[in-house]
Amino acid sequence: MKIQNPLNLLNTKPKKVTALVIAVALLLILPKTGLLSPYLVRILTMISLYSMLALSLNLLTGFTGLVSIGHAGFCAVGGYTSALMWQYTGLPWVVTAIAGMIVAGIVGLMLGAPTSRLSGSYLTIATLGFGEIVKMIALNWQSFTGGPLGVNHIERPVFFGITLTTFNSGFFYLSVVLTALVTLVVYRIVHSKMGRAFMSIRDDSLAATLMGVDVTAYKLKSFIISAAIAGLGGAFYVHFVRFLDPNTFNFDISIIIISIVILGGTGSIPGSFLGAVLLISFPEILRFASEYRFIIYGLILVLMMRFKPEGILGGHSNRKLRLMKGVDTYGY
Amino acid sequence: MDTKTQAILDVKNLSIHFGGLKAVDDVSFHVNRGEIISIIGPNGAGKTTVFNMLTGVYKPTFGQIFFNGEEIHGLTPQQIVKAGMARTFQNIRLFGDMRVIQNVLLGMHTNTHYNFIDLIFRTKKFRTIEKEKQQKAVDILKFLGLERYVHDYPTNLPYGDQRKVEIARAIATNAKLILLDEPAAGMNPEESEELLAFIRSLASQGFTILLIEHDMNLVMNISDRIYVIDHGRKIAEGLPQEIATNKDVIVAYLGEEEMDEEEVENA
Repeated sequence: MKIQNPLNLLNTKPKKVTALVIAVALLLILPKTGLLSPYLVRILTMISLYSMLALSLNLLTGFTGLVSIGHAGFCAVGGYTSALMWQYTGLPWVVTAIAGMIVAGIVGLMLGAPTSRLSGSYLTIATLGFGEIVKMIALNWQSFTGGPLGVNHIERPVFFGITLTTFNSGFFYLSVVLTALVTLVVYRIVHSKMGRAFMSIRDDSLAATLMGVDVTAYKLKSFIISAAIAGLGGAFYVHFVRFLDPNTFNFDISIIIISIVILGGTGSIPGSFLGAVLLISFPEILRFASEYRFIIYGLILVLMMRFKPEGILGGHSNRKLRLMKGVDTYGY
Repeated sequence: MDTKTQAILDVKNLSIHFGGLKAVDDVSFHVNRGEIISIIGPNGAGKTTVFNMLTGVYKPTFGQIFFNGEEIHGLTPQQIVKAGMARTFQNIRLFGDMRVIQNVLLGMHTNTHYNFIDLIFRTKKFRTIEKEKQQKAVDILKFLGLERYVHDYPTNLPYGDQRKVEIARAIATNAKLILLDEPAAGMNPEESEELLAFIRSLASQGFTILLIEHDMNLVMNISDRIYVIDHGRKIAEGLPQEIATNKDVIVAYLGEEEMDEEEVENA
């Protein structure tokens, strides 16, 4: 239930709001009880971060039907923007993170514009190339990015005089807040004219065009929003681990993100959370065999594709669609 | 009354050439407000190509299309939908992973006016407009007797009802002229009988209908006027009884050779 609760923010029923408040309170108190080691808090933070990244990719892949396997490239753009901006100007994290989102969004537009006429596997290959280009630029533009040495000792975010660390659970709280905000934004996009336009492009782009959807414009919007959220994730992560080099956001990260989306369910918001919980906690649970984690990933994906290609929570829902309050559906 | 002044759609010398192929060649026709007009012709005659030009998918090589008295040549499909012309498809093209109501709401895309900020913050404007559109979508479905499917996915619906959802989606665009591309395709005689009554009821509700159809029984029973196209050229036009006895039409349909019913229309 904890996973689905952020979505219920939109339901005004007091009972659900109370349940949500209690769930959030528990979540926030938990790290303070001493029951969780910093190690566990760190894992929870990573689950939260990857949920956010998966939601971002889900918007592009699950809802708009544009499969990206270079999504870590956007994290890298956001991460580098934030880290370098801090390094050169010393501005606080909030500012550098927003800059990271904006620059990632612009890069999303730059990738989306020339590829807007591509679809299916052609687009996917282009995104793969994009991820590599970002990495190569970071590696070779040494005077600006630090090249292979990267950026070190990146400052932790400070809020109201308190420096966020893993030990005071600050990063955990920050990640929960960011993920909650991202969830709300994605949910609201999906349940609007914009989300319907995205889904119509995914389902049948010609029919979408002939119903009046500007397909190219909406593909670009999807790219920009998705990239900006991924950039925010990147900007969070580099200040969390305090180090960034061209390999921080490599192809493996892109694959983990897309695996989370596919495993959890394409086009399902709760699915992105479930996928993140499963795929991020697996290597920890199977720590004794952590070198084999990619074999396990692979195996899970093969089995999923064979038996439930739409993902655990993907596919058609039996639940009624939530409509605006007061819409009369004549009893249906 | 002069028919020209009533014309909602006036097509003049419409032609499109793909390389050396004249897919549609010098076709003229007009549709008056409130009429049910059919375009018939053998497979591959260029009927769907005409629809594709009307809706902005293809740009005509020559010719003019006047919709509501305004030339729509060169407009994008979005602008044409906005102007009030919407279509259905020969092979049903609903959005399979969206609910029926979302399909209908998508039809309202061009006349749903709120921006990104409104939807992110769920402003009063968003809530008012979204509620109004959702109610309208439900009401359109009710008008077509489809309200029980509001929450369903279209792929789970019977074939005839899927066609109706397509029509609901077209109506949702606020279209005054609805283009139906072979609405009776794949229907059994009872379903197509029901469709006939349904199209008539649409016309009586103030919609103008232009349809492409193969089902001669349907076409002869429903049409105010019929245009016949063969090999991209208009070979006949007139009232149903005139068309039924027209020599050229009989030759085009029955011809010297046997017609291949299975042949897929390339247009």
